[in-house]
Amino acid sequence: MAKMNLWDQFWYYLSHNGSYVLAQFLRHFLISVYGVLFAAVIGIPIGILIARHRRLSGVVISFANVIQTIPSLALLSMIMLVLGLGVNTVITTVFLYSLLPIIKNTYAGMQGIDPTILDTGKGMGMTRFQILYLIELPLSLSVIMGGIRNALVIAIGITAIGSFVGAGGLGDIIIRGTNATNGGAIILAGALPTALMAIISDFMLGLLQKIITPKQGLN
Amino acid sequence: MGQVSPILEFKNVSKIYHGKQAAIQNINLTIDQGDFVCLIGTSGSGKTTTMRMINRMLEPTSGEIFFKGQNLKKYDPVKLRRKIGYVIQNIGLIPHMTIYENITLVPRLLKWPAEKKRQQAHELIKLVELPVEFLERYPGELSGGQQQRIGVIRALAAEQDLILMDEPFGALDPITRESLQDLVKQLQEKLGKTVIFVTHDMDEALKLATKIVVMDQGKIMQAASPTELLRHPANQFVKKIIGEERLLQAKADITTARQIMLPDPVAITLDQSLKQAVELMRKRRVDTLLVIDNRRHLRGYLDLADLDSKYNRAKSLADLISTDLFTVYTDTLIRNSVDRILKEDVKYVPVVDHQGKLQGIVTRSSLIDLVYDIIWGNKEEQVSDNKGGEQ
Repeated sequence: MAKMNLWDQFWYYLSHNGSYVLAQFLRHFLISVYGVLFAAVIGIPIGILIARHRRLSGVVISFANVIQTIPSLALLSMIMLVLGLGVNTVITTVFLYSLLPIIKNTYAGMQGIDPTILDTGKGMGMTRFQILYLIELPLSLSVIMGGIRNALVIAIGITAIGSFVGAGGLGDIIIRGTNATNGGAIILAGALPTALMAIISDFMLGLLQKIITPKQGLN
Repeated sequence: MGQVSPILEFKNVSKIYHGKQAAIQNINLTIDQGDFVCLIGTSGSGKTTTMRMINRMLEPTSGEIFFKGQNLKKYDPVKLRRKIGYVIQNIGLIPHMTIYENITLVPRLLKWPAEKKRQQAHELIKLVELPVEFLERYPGELSGGQQQRIGVIRALAAEQDLILMDEPFGALDPITRESLQDLVKQLQEKLGKTVIFVTHDMDEALKLATKIVVMDQGKIMQAASPTELLRHPANQFVKKIIGEERLLQAKADITTARQIMLPDPVAITLDQSLKQAVELMRKRRVDTLLVIDNRRHLRGYLDLADLDSKYNRAKSLADLISTDLFTVYTDTLIRNSVDRILKEDVKYVPVVDHQGKLQGIVTRSSLIDLVYDIIWGNKEEQVSDNKGGEQ
């Protein structure tokens, strides 16, 4: 073992613990996705709401900003005091951190729509709900997707730290590596897939964003 | 459908945005089916506010508006707007929908069957002379003029009777604007729609409207047909917004023979003798006389040259008069006869009423005043009380 270089050790670890790494990879991914998904379910309606009632926007966005400034380890520990150890604490933390980019982008996306288009929509006899799903959501979809992309990348990083409160995931492998003597290869076995996951999911969401953004012809 | 009942009626309507001066003050206005109404005024005159109250984008502070005889407040705003076409300056086509989807938007809201929507879209796009292939394109792929054509037919797609247009052609270049004005006018006449059109361009209003409503500071200054407006501007503001130049130019268009004719032309009745005729000519220093009968019906004219050469052979006036006379009626528009009077070598034209009775004459000099005013814009209006001139 000691004679192998770091790279060989890394491959050796992967080949012997492949299924374990894969299981942690999936777990890590799902924790991040759940957090972001909940944030989207809550954050998008909040974004729409504050776009409609601009006076609320200042309060809501600065609140989300405050959450963002709390160091993730500190927030994680505080939530742990309430929810205890385990995966729920991490999902909640991810949820809180994802709120800001999602709310902010939804708000920006809705604000960016040409008001004359909304005026004609209303003037032609659309209900508020029809204006929302026929005009506002399609036109701000790409900006909202941008927020979700952003949130997911942040979430993957936070989930790695989440292993400290016993949620599992690739962070577990990293911590194992830091605890072992000469654990560099093990650290890599946790860190590389984490980075890969962030890059790939950002890329995939970028593709998705392109696909679901409604066409507008040439310009 | 009775033509008598107005499609739209404003009764003592006021609109006050809170904390501000009244945007609309006590407006009364009646709009009939098939009218092309232009609301014109400077910015802040309340013309757009007036228009936006019709489809309940704004609610009046007081007063009532009736649409097809029913109070607007009784309509559901969403359903009401689907009955009223709406075109705005910035076109407002929805960028992520194809032209087809844009045109059939209101029919879609009204849940028309697909076949009917397709048929309607094809019919409408032909109406504005655009190729059917455009239906599959996006608004961004069309020029501004083409987009606004689509904007116009979108407002017709659900067979709306009433169409609101808020400075729809303001952002277009002059040539495109003109062709769209022609198009809208043509469509309006062909389809018998009622159009309410907000503009600040008087030329546009005069060209399109059957009724022009001039507004200033939330009040209606005057509501009248274009001819009426040009002929009798109600006050100084209306005159100013029409423009001095346009009023003068319009003068030729709307001036009737009666307005510029000289009353009491030199005339002689048939029963008088030749001697009396010569004496009258000498006394008034004229070389022709109009000849009338006892009831002032114009019979012809007597020329000095004829009188001179045929004096000996003639027994009475009737033998000498020429009857090949170019006359105009009192209500003939000068526009229609000015060329003829100026180009034919006649010194004056007799003006008769519809019974053929002589009322006066229009001389070349009175026309000269009119032409002078049009070209140099004489501020004093002296055309109607024209004095002097030859005979």
